Amino acid sequence: MIFKIEDVEVYFPYDNIYPEQYEYMVELKRALDAKGHCLLEMPTGTGKTIALLSLITSYRLAHLESPIKLIYCTRTVHEMEKTLAELKLLHDYQVRHMGERARILAIGLSSRKNLCVNTKVLAAENRDSVDAACRKRTASWVRALPADNPNVELCDFFEKYEKDAERALLPPGVYTLEDLRAFGKKHGWCPYFLARHMVQLANIIVYSYQYLLDPKVAGIISKEMQKETVVVFDEAHNIDNVCIEALSVSVRRVTLEGANRNLNKIRQEIDRFKATDAGRLRAEYTRLVEGLALRGDLSGTDQWLANPALPHDILKEAVPGNIRRAEHFVHVLRRLLQYLGGRLDTENVEKESPVSFVSSLNSQAGIEQKILKFCYDRLHSLMLTLEITDTDEFLPIQTVCDFATLVGTYARGFSIIIEPYDERMPHIPDPILQLSCHDASLAIKPVFDRFQSVVITSGTLSPIDLYPRLLSFNPVVSRSFKMSMTRDCICPMVLTRGSDQLPVSTKFDMRSDPGVVRNYGKLLVEMVSIVPDGVVCFFVSYSYMDGIIATWNETGILKEIMQQKLVFIETQDVVETTLALDNYRRACDCGRGAVFFSVARGKVAEGIDFDRHYGRLVVMFGVPFQYTLSKILLARLEYLRDTFQIKEGDFLTFDALRQAAQCVGRVIRSKADYGMMIFADKRYSRHDKRSKLPGWILSHLRDAHLNLSTDMAIHIAREFLRKMAQPYDKAGTLGSKTLLTQEDLEKMAETGVQDMVY
Amino acid sequence: MASGQVEKRVKYKSSLKDPGTPGFLRIREAMLFFVPTDPKSDSKLKVLTQNIKSQKYTKEASNKPPWLNMTNKQGRSYIFEFENYADMQTCRDFITKALAKCEEEPTKPAVSTSSEQLNIADLEMRFKLLRENSELQRLHKQFVESKVLTEDEFWATRKKLIGKDSIRKSKQQVGLKSMMVSGIKPSTDGRTNRVTFNLTPEIIFQIFAEKPAVRQAFINYVPSKMTEKDFWTKYFRAEYLYSTKNTAVAAAEAAEDEELAVFLKPDEILAREARQKIRRVDPTLDMEADQGDDYTHLMDHGIQRDGTMDVIEPQNDQFKRSLLQDLNRHAAVVLEGRSIDVDSEDTRIVAEALTRVKQVNKADGDTTKEANQERWERMSRVAGMEDLQAPQNFPLAPLSIKDPRDYFESQQGNVLNVPRGAGALKRNVHEAYGLLKESILEIRATGLCVPLIKPDVSFDVFRSLTQTISTAKNIIGKNPRESFLDRLPKSTKDEVLHHWASIQELLRHFWSSYPITTTYLHIKVGKLKDAMSNTYSQLEAMKESVQSDLRHQVSLLVRPMQQALDAAFQHYEADLQRRKAKSGGGERPNGYV
Repeated sequence: MIFKIEDVEVYFPYDNIYPEQYEYMVELKRALDAKGHCLLEMPTGTGKTIALLSLITSYRLAHLESPIKLIYCTRTVHEMEKTLAELKLLHDYQVRHMGERARILAIGLSSRKNLCVNTKVLAAENRDSVDAACRKRTASWVRALPADNPNVELCDFFEKYEKDAERALLPPGVYTLEDLRAFGKKHGWCPYFLARHMVQLANIIVYSYQYLLDPKVAGIISKEMQKETVVVFDEAHNIDNVCIEALSVSVRRVTLEGANRNLNKIRQEIDRFKATDAGRLRAEYTRLVEGLALRGDLSGTDQWLANPALPHDILKEAVPGNIRRAEHFVHVLRRLLQYLGGRLDTENVEKESPVSFVSSLNSQAGIEQKILKFCYDRLHSLMLTLEITDTDEFLPIQTVCDFATLVGTYARGFSIIIEPYDERMPHIPDPILQLSCHDASLAIKPVFDRFQSVVITSGTLSPIDLYPRLLSFNPVVSRSFKMSMTRDCICPMVLTRGSDQLPVSTKFDMRSDPGVVRNYGKLLVEMVSIVPDGVVCFFVSYSYMDGIIATWNETGILKEIMQQKLVFIETQDVVETTLALDNYRRACDCGRGAVFFSVARGKVAEGIDFDRHYGRLVVMFGVPFQYTLSKILLARLEYLRDTFQIKEGDFLTFDALRQAAQCVGRVIRSKADYGMMIFADKRYSRHDKRSKLPGWILSHLRDAHLNLSTDMAIHIAREFLRKMAQPYDKAGTLGSKTLLTQEDLEKMAETGVQDMVY
Repeated sequence: MASGQVEKRVKYKSSLKDPGTPGFLRIREAMLFFVPTDPKSDSKLKVLTQNIKSQKYTKEASNKPPWLNMTNKQGRSYIFEFENYADMQTCRDFITKALAKCEEEPTKPAVSTSSEQLNIADLEMRFKLLRENSELQRLHKQFVESKVLTEDEFWATRKKLIGKDSIRKSKQQVGLKSMMVSGIKPSTDGRTNRVTFNLTPEIIFQIFAEKPAVRQAFINYVPSKMTEKDFWTKYFRAEYLYSTKNTAVAAAEAAEDEELAVFLKPDEILAREARQKIRRVDPTLDMEADQGDDYTHLMDHGIQRDGTMDVIEPQNDQFKRSLLQDLNRHAAVVLEGRSIDVDSEDTRIVAEALTRVKQVNKADGDTTKEANQERWERMSRVAGMEDLQAPQNFPLAPLSIKDPRDYFESQQGNVLNVPRGAGALKRNVHEAYGLLKESILEIRATGLCVPLIKPDVSFDVFRSLTQTISTAKNIIGKNPRESFLDRLPKSTKDEVLHHWASIQELLRHFWSSYPITTTYLHIKVGKLKDAMSNTYSQLEAMKESVQSDLRHQVSLLVRPMQQALDAAFQHYEADLQRRKAKSGGGERPNGYV
């Protein structure tokens, strides 16, 4: 359908639209008009993504004189694929109705590992070795070697891409990763470098958060983006965590050992170069004297991960004199390693601010703050000079330099925590020195500064006023949308008691109680026998899940579950989990039915949808609190209290409930879909916990469903499923329209929005 | 076998000790000949296939020569020794088919109606059916035991229930059980520490399917290196080591015993398969790609110890296999189902067949272009939001309806609930009928193919039929759930229903007996007629006995039954008249009656 929002003609690829989608677009348009940032919460299953994409593309078409670019950030690669699939749909529609004018170039961007088509490079097992294998074949000095040298193996795809240089372009269209690979194979061009090149020209780029937020990656990928760009962070409820993670580094014993080995290797290389090609080292020295940390004309293939500090914090000065010479720099690093090793030898937990850490480093190892700051750039320059390609081998020394640079750059918002062992396993010594960032606003600040509009959106942003504080920005629009329901298609329940009427909880003192474990098991056994197709369960942690499944296995509960449905489980092995998910979907598709066991805060909870028959019921076993004894968490809570006046308890509850809401929210995809959500813990019935759930769940949580036992929950589930199986009127009843048609919208344009929608 | 005849070189033995006469065994559908090579020999043989009662044969695994032992109905047995097992198999299959065919044709001369020829399996089947279906039991009692119908006549119309026409039956394989193999508990004898595991072929199949390494080890070791029993003993020893979770012991034992180590090590074949499969998964759930894109969690970057990551104990993880992995693997295998068509007791055959299947799959994996296309189509279909767009019409899949009545009843509700006005898509009965006719014509033109009738056609026909019928019923009964029958007292209701069933049964036999060509049929019709008039009077009696306020309704119910019976009587009379007239003229058209 095509309709107008004020002056913009919106092309929406469906015949109908939800009223909240329409409103969402109206708000979004206001933010774009104001060229400001916005914060929008809209329930899952109401088509956020398509509303967003269709408004922004239409907005661009309406303002072709200064076209905006869209950077769409997703948390995961599979979400990226989903977004691109929707975009494809939209693009086809727009081209069909507007002709060639609507053609855009949209690409998804990922790492070499996901884009490479060179089979030899792909044979490497992990991402780092794929990167290294690629560099080995494409680094400028490798390619400069005489072509007849049989020891040099180049990548044909990259060579062809370089040869065709200017002609190597992607025609307009929407490209998923698979499409990019196929295109690359067909033309013999390297898809990775082609995509990297096209980032500058594309109208829409879809990539993951870190390509903008993590300075290490953003520094090379997202350097030169125009100001007229709309940045969207989708599923952004965890954005603060992504931000602080991007700036956190830690050092372990193995890191130090590895770094020492790396230094030995570097030392050897320096000696070799001194003997054979001393001029090169001298050239580097003079360049550093002139103040160029890096050669300006770095070709794309030589680029390595960029500086871990944020671009505006990096000094534009000459490298200090005492690390300009390669040997001196190596000496400094040796001293740094030694000092860090000494610090790791502690018996107690130590917490320190960066300032005091730097000053003690200065007094004990004689390394100044300024030297620390330049560590990363200096190392990078040295490695380029020494023509090192197997970068995966040099990760430890890189980590140490990242640490040094960060600790030298930032005085506030960070703390250094040294722990001799993990709290939970005190008998195993595993010392770790962590530089952890507490201030989420640091990493995202450049994004807010650089781009015209930043849209932060998710299904769970409650309480919505917390995010501007955490990220310290001023949104021009900040709204939370309700869900207009044709029928009560979600059924949240709080289960507080098991079948024996005893309370259930994952509270620390109760979680290993056999009664609770049994009650949880019985709940599931009953549920799998009445719920069709897919059932998803979330546990509070891996270790808890491991334990409870083992107990269920011993007591025969698992066998009872397996009589009804197949059982699939998320494990810490990503490959296995992916295959398990794939099988789970097939089991749901073929009607066999399955249960998926997963972990809140895990990878599955983060981005896999269990919509339609893939999830008719989600059970959240327990409240997914963070591990509150964690030193890092405590430090962060302290920081939040001191800077933003956020109470520790409030933050913990907020964080746990957003995770829980995130887990259960994955069952709904559209209003035609339906699903039940069971919060199985007595703590959910308390108002202070429950009220932190997003409004669209709360509005369906009836008072009668707040304190249920297993048998009552079963009864409610039966009723609900029976009700949902009936055909219903999609367009909504007379009172409130839940599905708008073209005419409805036109009428709305005449009479004003408000009186139609709610 | 296409020629309908099989000929094999065999030795014929009249008894077990007989050294045997060499010759040829020729089998046709109806007959089985043995022609000795020596023309002078008197051991020529000719057996009617339908007289064969059972056949026994030696198993390939045993060390005996390939013998086929057939027993006829008189209890005499014929033993043939074949040159090899393949020959024997062919013959055996052929005879089985021929036998099945014979039993399918009960209209063969009435001479063979003796129940003797039934094999025991059939009888058991019948008993089972009677036990399970009380309605059937009552009918059986009423008619067979009162000699109105013979046993065979009764069952002849219910062949489908017996379902023994094994040739035509579509082959559906039984899937795997959901239970985990690790769930098999050993049995102990209570006195010593010895435990015993009972391995069925099914369990072995499951172990092989879930653990390719064990399968491979079996092929490698048995029987060259160890016996099958030793192999399994070792396997369960390894399983026991796992269950103790004592990785140190496992490591120590594995170091000593290299065969045991095979079971304890992580499964290489599985890992390879996983790597292959991961390339084919739906990109919208490919978390591996995600890991490849994550530069925030480079080694030691990101937040390490805030409690979200779980601690993994340092261990001999080579020897650690978690329950979770087993569960995933098991579910995957169950989902895959039985991929092989081997139903053999021989473990080695099973193992080899499975390996072959896997290799075929691997070869298939290379041609992924179509798979990609299909994946993409599915993805884009899922990407759309279903209720914002016009409804999609999915292609219909052929459905095998076991019980049409059940299907009809379950569909009734759907039809009635469809809101009015949504009927644009629906066809009326005539259109549906037209469609059906069309496809029948097509079948005539092109011959049979699978599926017999296109799923969408049959769906349309079914839907319009259900709708017409259920609407009609609805109008009459007002409410489909509460028909008049439910208001009758239970005994009366049961009686009505029973009469209805028995009348149907009688009428079915009655009408199928026409035209009367044999004396046998003549007698049968007479018996049936008597039984029917009996029922007729019973109906009358019932009508009188019900309460007065229900009588009208009951008579409404009974009327169609009586009408049907009346029609039958009328036909019987008319036929009798005609027959008399004819026999009066002295003509005997078929030499019967």
